[in-house]
Parts: sequence; C-alpha cells; structure tokens
Amino acid sequence: MVTSTQTRNRTGAVRRKVFEQETHRLMDRLYGTALRLSRNPDDAEDIVAETVATAWSKLEQLTDVAHIEGWLFRILNRTFIDQWRRRQCRQDKEVALQTDENEPAFSLFEKLHQPFLLWWGAPEQAFLNQLLKEDIQQAMDQLPDDFRVVMVLVEIEGNSYHEAAELLDIPMGTVRSRLSRARALLQQTLWTQGLDAGLTSTVPEHTGPLNGGAK
Amino acid sequence: MSENLIPCEVVIERLFAYLDRELDESTRAEIDRHLHRCHDCFSRKEFETRLREKVMASSTEKAPDHLRRRVEALLAPR
Repeated sequence: MVTSTQTRNRTGAVRRKVFEQETHRLMDRLYGTALRLSRNPDDAEDIVAETVATAWSKLEQLTDVAHIEGWLFRILNRTFIDQWRRRQCRQDKEVALQTDENEPAFSLFEKLHQPFLLWWGAPEQAFLNQLLKEDIQQAMDQLPDDFRVVMVLVEIEGNSYHEAAELLDIPMGTVRSRLSRARALLQQTLWTQGLDAGLTSTVPEHTGPLNGGAK
Repeated sequence: MSENLIPCEVVIERLFAYLDRELDESTRAEIDRHLHRCHDCFSRKEFETRLREKVMASSTEKAPDHLRRRVEALLAPR
C-alpha cells in the first residue's frame, strides 16, 4: 500500500514544492524565533536566510517531508548557536551568571494570587489579560543570553531538556537550572514592568495577615 | 478512603517540569490527582500555562517583505 507520505516523498519536484510552501507558511515563526534568540532584526534575517539555504541544499536528507517543520527549526537553532559561539569567542567571555541556587525563585503568581479574596476576582488573571506581546518581548530581550536561549529552545520551541542540552552541548542539570533562573527573571521583569506601567494597580496593596504569600 | 495526595510544595517544585512534560508517568499522575483536588495549585498551573502561551505567541513576528523576497530568490531555479 502506498501512503500519501510516500507519494509526497517520491519525487524531488514535489519535495521542493512542499519545501517552498512550508518555508512560506512558517516564515513569521522562523523570523520571530530567530529574533527572540538573537534580539537583532538584521541577525534574525541572516539566520533565517542561512537556515533556508542550508535546508534547501540538504533537502534530500529529509527522510519524510511531514517532519519538515521540526527539521527547519533544528537547522535554525544550529545556525544561531554557531553564530552565537563565534561571537562569544571573539568577545570576552560573558560575566559569570549570578545563580544563587538557594535564593527562592520569584513567582508572579505568588505576587498576584490572593487565596483568601476569592470574591474579589482573580488579580493574576487580570494581570495576564493586560499583558501585551510587546511586554513579553521586552522582558525576554532583557534576559542574559544563556538564559534566554534555553527559554526559547524549551518553552517556545518545545524541545525536551535532553534536546536542549545536546544542542547547547551542556549538561541536563545546567539546562534545568538556567531554565528555572530564566523563568524567575522573566517573571520578575514582567512584574517590574507591570508596576511601572500601572498594570498592577488593579491589585490591592493589601498585605494583611491573611496575605502571607504576597509580600 | 483517604487518598494520599502529595503536598502542595512538591507540586509547586515540579510544576514547570510537569508543564515541560519532563516527568515520568507516575509522578505526572500524582500531580494530576493533586491538581484535581487542590484549587490553589490548579489556579497556579492555569496561570503558568497561560503565561507560557503568551511567551510562545511572542515568537511569531511578521517577517519583513525583503526577507521573504530574499528567501524566494534563494529558492528560485537558476
């Protein structure tokens, strides 16, 4: 029995057609992901163009066109990481990241949630509703490179810890700790931005004895 | 018929690994059971899930026209 996938894979012309359609369809996500990784529009464009060129030249290595999306993103990650490493070598090594494992992680939920004020509504939901895409992008861009990259690989692209560790050539434990620091930092930045923008004005400054978690 | 639920602290500690689908089946099931019963932890899970959706959405950005043209040129037959 011939499956549709086998049919699609059969001819090079069809594969090339699928490739063109898929790169077109995924372009905004490829560009957006490259932009979150590199933080620089010019670099992001170069990364996407190089990714497409590399993928195009290796198209026969793609065993099943149904997997083209994951394959393109893997090439994009590899392209970014190679470029990033070259730059890291040229510049002085980044300042060692301050990671105090004992420090309790910042949690937006704990800041916002009011377990004993159920009748008051859910401040954490109100906060999320007002959060704009630009707020997230700004907060992501403020993360140190090592943290931001792990965040993009795992939280945005959905790679496993193992896959992220292999891509970055670091131990799984390092992926875990960077990820948890990245999340805490991101939430802390969103909180600060929210305070500055008056976003949290809907949250009462009430810190009575019932409000233990939200100091 | 008291069912032993794992404590809230354990759920909170493992919540991100849970959302990242990095836990084994049995731990995952234990957390699911807890979330089913505990309103606070459930709210927290919902919050983190929605925040994560927003982070994911932040990675789609309209590609500039000249990038699309550059890519089309790459793929054009020579």
